[in-house]
Parts: sequence; C-alpha cells; structure tokens
Amino acid sequence: MMLLFYLAAFVAVIATVCVIVQTNIVHALIYLILSLLAVAVIFYTLGAPLAAMLEAIVYAGAIMVLFLFVIMMLNLGQNTREQERAWLAGRGWILPALLAAVLLAQLLYVLSGVEGMSAPEQVGVMAVGARLFGPYVLAVELASILLLAGLISAYHLARKPGAEDE
Amino acid sequence: MGAIPVEHGLILAGILFSLGLIGVLTRRNIVFVLMSLEVMLNACGLAFIVAGSRWEQADGQIMFVLILTLAAAEVAVGLGLIIQMYRRFQTVDINVLSELKG
Repeated sequence: MMLLFYLAAFVAVIATVCVIVQTNIVHALIYLILSLLAVAVIFYTLGAPLAAMLEAIVYAGAIMVLFLFVIMMLNLGQNTREQERAWLAGRGWILPALLAAVLLAQLLYVLSGVEGMSAPEQVGVMAVGARLFGPYVLAVELASILLLAGLISAYHLARKPGAEDE
Repeated sequence: MGAIPVEHGLILAGILFSLGLIGVLTRRNIVFVLMSLEVMLNACGLAFIVAGSRWEQADGQIMFVLILTLAAAEVAVGLGLIIQMYRRFQTVDINVLSELKG
C-alpha cells in the first residue's frame, strides 16, 4: 500500500504540473484526467473505496466530459487541422500513456489479490451511507438545492441571447 | 492501517493545492483557470479523505461527497459563463475583461 500510495502521488504531481504548463487545451485535459485518476488510486490506498469510485466516475467521467463539450463548442483550435496532424505525429501522447500505464499496473496489482493488499480498516460504503442519511441529511438536502441552482443558472447563462423570443 | 503517514498525505494535498493556485494566478486562458480551480478543489477533498482515514471515520468521505457536489455545480456555472464570455468578446483571454476601471 505504501508503494502504491507514493507511485500514485508521483503520477498525480507530474500530471498536475503538466496541466498548468500545457498550451494545448486538449492535452491539458488529458493530464487533468490522469491526475484525477491518480488521486482516485490514492483514495483507495487510504481506505476510502466509495470516494475513489466517485472520483473516477463523477470527476474524471462526468465533469471532464463537460469540459470537453465546452471545448468543442468554443472550437478554440482555429488551426485545428495542423493540431490534429501534430497530435497524431507528435510525442504528445507518450507521457500520458506512460503515466496511465503506471496506474493500470497498480490496478492490476491490486486486482491480482496479493496477500495483505485488501486495505484493512476501510471505511466502507455502508458506514458512509449510514452517516450521510443520518446526521448529515440536512447537508444532503442543501447539496441538492445547490445542484438545482447550478442547473438553472447554467441553463440561463449558456442560452443564446434572444432565444426567449421564439 | 497506519502504514501511510498522515503528514505525507497532507503534504501531497498541499502540493496539489499550490499547483492549482499557481495555475489560477498565471494562466490567462479562462478554461485553464477553471481546470486549475478543479485541481484546488480536488486537493481539498484529498485533505479531507486523509484526515478521515487517519481517524477511521466516515465524515471525511461525506465532506468529499459534498465537495464533489460543489465542484459539479461550480463547473456547470463556470462553463456557462465561459460560453457567454466567448459569445460577447470572441475570446477566452481574461485580460480583455478589464472594462471595470476603478
């Protein structure tokens, strides 16, 4: 577990540095997804499997897809064709592939069921759910109201001006 | 398990938060600024998880779930604002948003 933690931490830091120094926006997004997946591995090694799953599904899945949609809508690459060519020919995918391979190796290592790997003293899904709908039920309600407000404001903000006249 | 020292987890959270802060302060493309904000929120969640695993309580993961909700709402509103900004100014450079002269 120690080794897994430090390897994932290394991957997370490298990927995050690459996020803030990248100029190509899609490359930066790939590094950001890698960083989030590495943090998900860290959550697992810390004995928080529910948080690890949520990190992979919600953060690296849903939120990053939202980013990708907006990048597509903005169509930021005016010279998209040259970018695509550089993407296919260049070395832009080598470092992300290496870092992702490290994470994949960690996943396979955990799945292979080596003795003592099953993260003792986990705080499981049941404990989190029991507390979430017990003492924290008011926070859950507030979070739902926050999401509703975010939904309405995102719809309002992203609407085309003058669209209400139709 | 106590194998991973809590200091190392918190140091990692601090490093990630600092990197996100550097990104917010230095980048001029607003999409990168939003990505760096995501990194900072994620580092906050990591600190909560580290603390929760140190005391083996579920509260850390509950705080992480709430941070996740906040991040989802924030990114939806932020991306809506980016789309609106791109419609009005035809750019995503935040330096053009300096019309408010004090």
